[in-house]
Amino acid sequence: MSENPWYNKGLFSSLNLREKTLLTIALTGLVLVVIFICGTMINNIPTNFDTKMQAPSFVHIFGTDWMGRDMFFRTIKGLSLSIIIGLGASIISSIIATILAFLASSNKYLDSFVSWLIDLFASIPHILLIMMISIALGKGAFGVIMAVAFSHWVNLTRVLRAEVLQINTSEYVALSNKFGKSKFWIAKEHILPLILSQIFVGTLLVFPHAIMHESSVTFLGFGLSPHEPAIGIILSESMSYLAMGAWWLAFFPGLALLIVVLLFDIIGDNLKRLLDPREANN
Amino acid sequence: MEKLLEVNNLSISFTQYVQGLNRNESKVISDLTIDVNENEIVAILGSSGSGKSLLAHSILGILPYNSHVTGTLKFKGKTLNQEIKEELRGHEICLIPQSVNFLDPLMKVSDQAIGECENEEEYNRKKIKQREVFSKYGLNESVDDLYPFELSGGMARKVLLSTALLNDPDLLIADEPTPGLDSKSVEETIEDIKNLKEKGKGVLLITHEIDVALKTADRIAIFYSGYVIEINKAENFKNKENILHPYTNALINALPENGFKLTEGVQPLDIVEGCPYYENCPIRLEKCENTKPELIDHNGIMIRCFNFKEANDGT
Amino acid sequence: MIKINNKKLAKFIGFKAIRLLILLIVIATISFIMIQLSPIDPVRAYLGQRIVSEEQLAIIGHYWGTELSLGERVLGWLQTLATGSMGFSLIYRVPVTEVIISKFTSSLILMLSSWVISGFVGFGLGVLAGAKEGTWIDKVIKTYCYILQSSPTFWIGLVLLMFFSVYLGWFPIGLSVPIGQLSDTVTIWEWLDRLILPAITLSIVGIASITMYTRDKLINVKKSDYFLFAQARGESFWGIIKNHGIRNILLPAISIQFLSFNELFGGTILVEQVFAYPGIGQATVAAGLRSDVPLLLGIVIVSTIFVFVGNMLADIIYKYVDPRLRSVDDE
Repeated sequence: MSENPWYNKGLFSSLNLREKTLLTIALTGLVLVVIFICGTMINNIPTNFDTKMQAPSFVHIFGTDWMGRDMFFRTIKGLSLSIIIGLGASIISSIIATILAFLASSNKYLDSFVSWLIDLFASIPHILLIMMISIALGKGAFGVIMAVAFSHWVNLTRVLRAEVLQINTSEYVALSNKFGKSKFWIAKEHILPLILSQIFVGTLLVFPHAIMHESSVTFLGFGLSPHEPAIGIILSESMSYLAMGAWWLAFFPGLALLIVVLLFDIIGDNLKRLLDPREANN
Repeated sequence: MEKLLEVNNLSISFTQYVQGLNRNESKVISDLTIDVNENEIVAILGSSGSGKSLLAHSILGILPYNSHVTGTLKFKGKTLNQEIKEELRGHEICLIPQSVNFLDPLMKVSDQAIGECENEEEYNRKKIKQREVFSKYGLNESVDDLYPFELSGGMARKVLLSTALLNDPDLLIADEPTPGLDSKSVEETIEDIKNLKEKGKGVLLITHEIDVALKTADRIAIFYSGYVIEINKAENFKNKENILHPYTNALINALPENGFKLTEGVQPLDIVEGCPYYENCPIRLEKCENTKPELIDHNGIMIRCFNFKEANDGT
Repeated sequence: MIKINNKKLAKFIGFKAIRLLILLIVIATISFIMIQLSPIDPVRAYLGQRIVSEEQLAIIGHYWGTELSLGERVLGWLQTLATGSMGFSLIYRVPVTEVIISKFTSSLILMLSSWVISGFVGFGLGVLAGAKEGTWIDKVIKTYCYILQSSPTFWIGLVLLMFFSVYLGWFPIGLSVPIGQLSDTVTIWEWLDRLILPAITLSIVGIASITMYTRDKLINVKKSDYFLFAQARGESFWGIIKNHGIRNILLPAISIQFLSFNELFGGTILVEQVFAYPGIGQATVAAGLRSDVPLLLGIVIVSTIFVFVGNMLADIIYKYVDPRLRSVDDE
């Protein structure tokens, strides 16, 4: 009931919500791309035992580790690795989700099978499930990507299943059925284009979870091998030096990981809002 | 007669976000002017879903935050602001809501009627009063411990009415009190509302059922596309001569006893520049398309139409 | 105020028990197959660094059923389970059941305390944020939850450990029991000292979801017709929040808290690793890293039961305490 609504106050007063949302998505996306590109360009972090275990300074803003490696470069490298793993895992999980959603919507038995599968996967603690899959696949990047992918398809499957069921009842699908088009043709031509945006947003929403779970299992020792420059490895290494007061070994890499996860979260949420304006009215 | 409620040029609009987060401003009530006296029932008649309820919400100060309100409200001559509304509501102005959905699903109905209490003593005092009012409307003690979902339609109606009357208000706002009720309950509700008038209370009846409005009210305001287009005495509706606005005429013609002559066309949803009824009007003038007629007093009948001049025959 | 239909509840629990049984058989089978297909060699894992002769190797191989087909091994494993035994832990050299009981008990204390703390604090913050929607308080709480949801549990543990244990020296670094002391000679204070930080870490992580859920629910209540009518009846804002808001969101919030057993268990694994708290989480990691297959499979089964019980309690609260659902299909 105020004269000047909330969105017209403050810093971005000249922008409307749509422009602000788009701007947020673009900026966060840019930051992530920069981190990713920088990370892939860092190939060799020099070791220098003269400068080992140094606290953060202007020369090494995140400090150095016990081999004198610069923690900032290690962190950025680790983040880019996290992004790659996260990307792989979320894409695979979205593919699984899409396939299962189509299966579920095709007939009653498959539908109850998929719901049973969802129940099954929801009944084992996530981390334990990821550990088990990763162990079964021999750990490493492949094991982690598959493990994270196979434990994160549940939510998107639920969303897509409902969506596909709804589209299936529409008139043009009924018409295509009458014209004798195959189920596969209808799925490909009519349904898939309509749920593509949902799949895209779903993939993005899985991303932060994927990154976090990858670093968690790697930290526990069930993910990437200790030779990889992953954040989980960095943090698990840091455990040995914490008692000596080398706080920077754990603090900055973890914070950086948090920020990356947060940025992915922000992109996902904003995109979701753009496609589904109901929430914005709240 | 003292004027209980005066509403002057009230407009309510909302800001909403639609697909792609574009902003959209929608006007629900435009330039609404109406008053309610003591000892009087005034009906606001308009199609369902047209936003009439927001008038009630605005009087009680319970509009959602994204609404934008202009115009003035007065109660017993005192201009209302949010603070005064909060003081008055539940005491001097009470709402009889639409349905049982307006009761907390997890609270026994008697406790809801009693409402918030500071201490045990206040609760006991209000409990006696609640029992008294409930029995007056034929609700026995077993009803007290029921949850809202356990009430039948007629019972729910009586609970809602008793709840509103517990604090002995001067003005009651009944928001669609009849839909979904069987004809016997409708008759009872109409009687109950009329009885309130006999006790000197003012009632603002918001409804989309023309026969309920005709049977209950002293004056009827016709609500069309966000505007009040005519305010006329209920008795004038018996004689078509005294009905001025072409839309009101169309409404009366649509009544069963007049042969169901339904009118064509829909109410415009967008904000129009001219008369909101222009598209469907049989007696439209050229200027109606781009100029909006004001609500004027034509021999005691308030009318929003260029075909009538402001006049006073001295009554 | 709460009346529960006992007969119906018993039927419900019976039905759930059958479901749990089926679920356990499936989970046990799948996880067993997964381990069998993995590169872990049970004979190597059993022997560790010891060197044995060919004959002994064959005997041990026979014990682990290496010459049997996968199907036979699965059946054998299920038969063992049916007798109530989960085998022998390779690391602890005692029956898996014993390991799990002792480790799970100490974890349960950790999980329960943080579950209660996060429930109360989270619900309180959620009510506050929801009631004050759009204000700075709401924004602070929302931001806090948003950040927490994005932070890795183990990192929060590390940060708390660095600050409170290393920097301030308030709490010990690692080990639930001081070195060189038997666990039953530990005083309650020594033990509490080691419980506080892990419990706080786990609570901090658990708060976010319950807070956001409570907040959203309360905002929905605020938009409801009955909230509107309560306002119209002249009740005060906080009175309505208390009488109608909390009344309507408490049950769903408790349900949601029970549904969080899954994350709780996952969180415990990470937190125990960071704080070297000797519970089920550490046992899980040790079993996984040192290929203690029987223990790992046992933990999978126990954690599945744990999560299942949480979900079932949530269901019971939802279906049997709410007066609307309670009497819906009473025969």
